[in-house]
Amino acid sequence: MKKEMAYDIQGNSYPVADYNDDYDGEKFGFWIFLLTEMMMFGVLFLLFAINFYRHSELFGISSGNLNVWLGGVNTVILLLSTYTMGLASLMMRQGKVRVSAYLVGTTVVMAILFLSIKAFEWSVDIHHGIYPGSSILDAKDKGEILFFGLYFVMTGLHGLHVIVGIALMSWVLLLIRSGGVRPEHTIVMKNVTLYWDFVHLIWIILFPIFYMIGV
Amino acid sequence: MPSFYHETKTVFGTHKNPILQWIFTVDHKRIALLYMGVMFTLFFLAVSAAVTMRAELFFPGPQFLKPHTYNELFTFHGVTMIFLFIVPGIPAALGNFILPLMLGARDLSFPRLNLLSWWLYVIGVATAYSALMSGHGFADTGWTFYAPYSLRTDSHVLPTLIAAFILGISSILTGINFVVTIHRLRAPGMGFFKMPLFVWGLYSTAWIQVLATPVIGITLLLVILERTLNIGIFDPTKGGDPILYEHLFWIYSHPAVYLMILPGFGIVSEVLTTFTRRTIFGYHAIAISSASIAGIGYLVWGHHMLTSGISDMARIIFSLLTFLVAVPTGVKIFDWMATLYKGSIILATPMLWILGSIVNFTIGGLTGLTLAAIGADIHLHDTYFVVAHFHYTILGGVMFMFIGGLHYWYPKITGKIYDEVRGRIAFGLMFMGFNMLWFPMFIAGFLGNPRRYFDYLPTFTIYHQMAGVGAVLVASGLLTILYNFARGLKEGKEAGPNPWNATTLEWHISSPPPLENFSKIPYVDFDPYEYEHGEPVVHFDENFRRVV
Ligand code: HEM
Ligand SMILES: [Cu+2]
Repeated sequence: MKKEMAYDIQGNSYPVADYNDDYDGEKFGFWIFLLTEMMMFGVLFLLFAINFYRHSELFGISSGNLNVWLGGVNTVILLLSTYTMGLASLMMRQGKVRVSAYLVGTTVVMAILFLSIKAFEWSVDIHHGIYPGSSILDAKDKGEILFFGLYFVMTGLHGLHVIVGIALMSWVLLLIRSGGVRPEHTIVMKNVTLYWDFVHLIWIILFPIFYMIGV
Repeated sequence: MPSFYHETKTVFGTHKNPILQWIFTVDHKRIALLYMGVMFTLFFLAVSAAVTMRAELFFPGPQFLKPHTYNELFTFHGVTMIFLFIVPGIPAALGNFILPLMLGARDLSFPRLNLLSWWLYVIGVATAYSALMSGHGFADTGWTFYAPYSLRTDSHVLPTLIAAFILGISSILTGINFVVTIHRLRAPGMGFFKMPLFVWGLYSTAWIQVLATPVIGITLLLVILERTLNIGIFDPTKGGDPILYEHLFWIYSHPAVYLMILPGFGIVSEVLTTFTRRTIFGYHAIAISSASIAGIGYLVWGHHMLTSGISDMARIIFSLLTFLVAVPTGVKIFDWMATLYKGSIILATPMLWILGSIVNFTIGGLTGLTLAAIGADIHLHDTYFVVAHFHYTILGGVMFMFIGGLHYWYPKITGKIYDEVRGRIAFGLMFMGFNMLWFPMFIAGFLGNPRRYFDYLPTFTIYHQMAGVGAVLVASGLLTILYNFARGLKEGKEAGPNPWNATTLEWHISSPPPLENFSKIPYVDFDPYEYEHGEPVVHFDENFRRVV
């Protein structure tokens, strides 16, 4: 299709942006969306920082109760998964559609693995009576109540983002099949990749502040 | 040419059923009207609640409301007015309609996202009002949901909180849509400093929506989790900190007041230039001051907490920053005054509303500075002085600007002209009524009448009775406007493309506009408000090429 033009008095022509197909606009919009996500998590990090400052010692002790090995394995899994997702995006642009689809699939599998490990960790905590509002936790010191309150809220919200990520990547897989994502039209995939990078970045902060301050 | 009322596009292609054509439309103009319909219905509900409160307050002592019902009423009134009405407000209703027209664009960048925003808005409204239907009654916390009371009360706060969260998402999506549209879809040649000032207002607002709304979103989510799962973050019995809640709440809610006013300021600039027939004085200063109000506005939230036990140092800093934010606002007011000076002022209805809004807003703004002074605030905090202050800025300011804008763009939206005489009568009723309603409350508050009480000492009777009469005048003014607009649809004269002799791009296309606004996109190498001898300078031929 010919690009639409606007004309000035002298008759010079200038290209008009097409709102139905605006790659830069869609990418820019998604970046702003990620900014809002960052503000949201930012508040939680702020709350963590304030409470950590007030109860440093108890936060350290509580952190010792978390399994740093499971957390570490999860960190590695997420790290690898952003790599496969990024690679998938790259392959798509180079026209290797099948490889790209496999890589997205691999990312989904790793995301599910991450969630399973996380679920296991939570269930162990809950089994020990450590969950918000439990009588065992409420009997502990205030610093510990706050630590675990924040722990469940923040990892929970992050987990929710992982679930959304899985849904989005599955959608990308469907789009690849239907041709909605193809080498010349990658914007959806590009944005999902960005999103997944973001989810992983949040975890990179969550891991040290919850698991490592007690080591 | 068929207008957007005759043809439309929906997310699912075409529909025969006109209702489906409306509720699934992706046309920014129709979505704007959808917003307006719901928003103003809610506005009138909230006004009814307010008039009920004023009736209860007409005499001292209990009349016909229980104290608890009064608490629910002011919460209902506040929540509806703030979260459901004035926050989506001018951007979602007028901005949605006018922004693409002013930019020379065919729609927003993401039309389907725009529809999603509206649907989320409707879901939010339904969620908020579901609390009315259930046994516990509406929330009684005030619109601020302060912890720890909001954690303990057994009234129905949860639906209201969830609603505010959903509405936040809706607002964020609109913000993203506007920012991207303004960056990407300006007509070729239109640099940022060739945009109309209403667009500048919407642009600053959109950034506030994007950057501040997530803060309230997560904060309210935490209150929700606190109530359902007992997390403890704001609960002092578990080591949590209710003052932190106040901080987080106002980190959003203070910028939110600029989010309400900045588009209103934009309307002021549009209407003033049109009805003085001259270019705006200090275009750059006004544009930049919008952005700097948005920026500094982020750092002043602590002025709501001067009596909450924050440190003296923090109080001094917040007080100082609040004084600073008045500077760009003052710059605007003086620019507007300078625009009026020696202009050929035409006192048409939109202009009356705008001039009225400047008067009211100046009073509201200056009393805001009174409250920002630490010593004065300790005396005035939580009195009717505060309530009068923010009604002067929001009702007397933003709402007057909004109504002025509705009159100004009414011909563009409907293609008809309303009755000028009725328009002026409505303004007179409301301007008088409004000042009668809220000015006495400055005095009552100054003398110590606290806010959020269903009763008062007999010495304050006279002030409350004046306010009561004022409220009736305001309500009748509002009904007059409604009547005028409705009659205008039926018997108004045809407006034609440019009834006011205005200059911005929306006045170069037919009223009401066709489906995709511009058949050809114009090239914009001129300033937004170019007049010569009281006539617009720029004209286009039918292909949107400039004619000289
Ligand atoms: C139309 C005429 C209006 C009248 C008669 C009115 C009247 C009132 C009254 C009587 C109160 C309760 C004062 C108290 O007991 O402390 C109140 C509170 C409030 N009003 Fe209005 N109001 C009007 C318009 C508006 C508008 C347009 C807005 C904002 C868009 C607004 C926002 C609020 C808020 C936020 C509160 C505080 C609620 C709280 O304390 O939680 N009002 N108003
Ligand atoms: Cu404030």
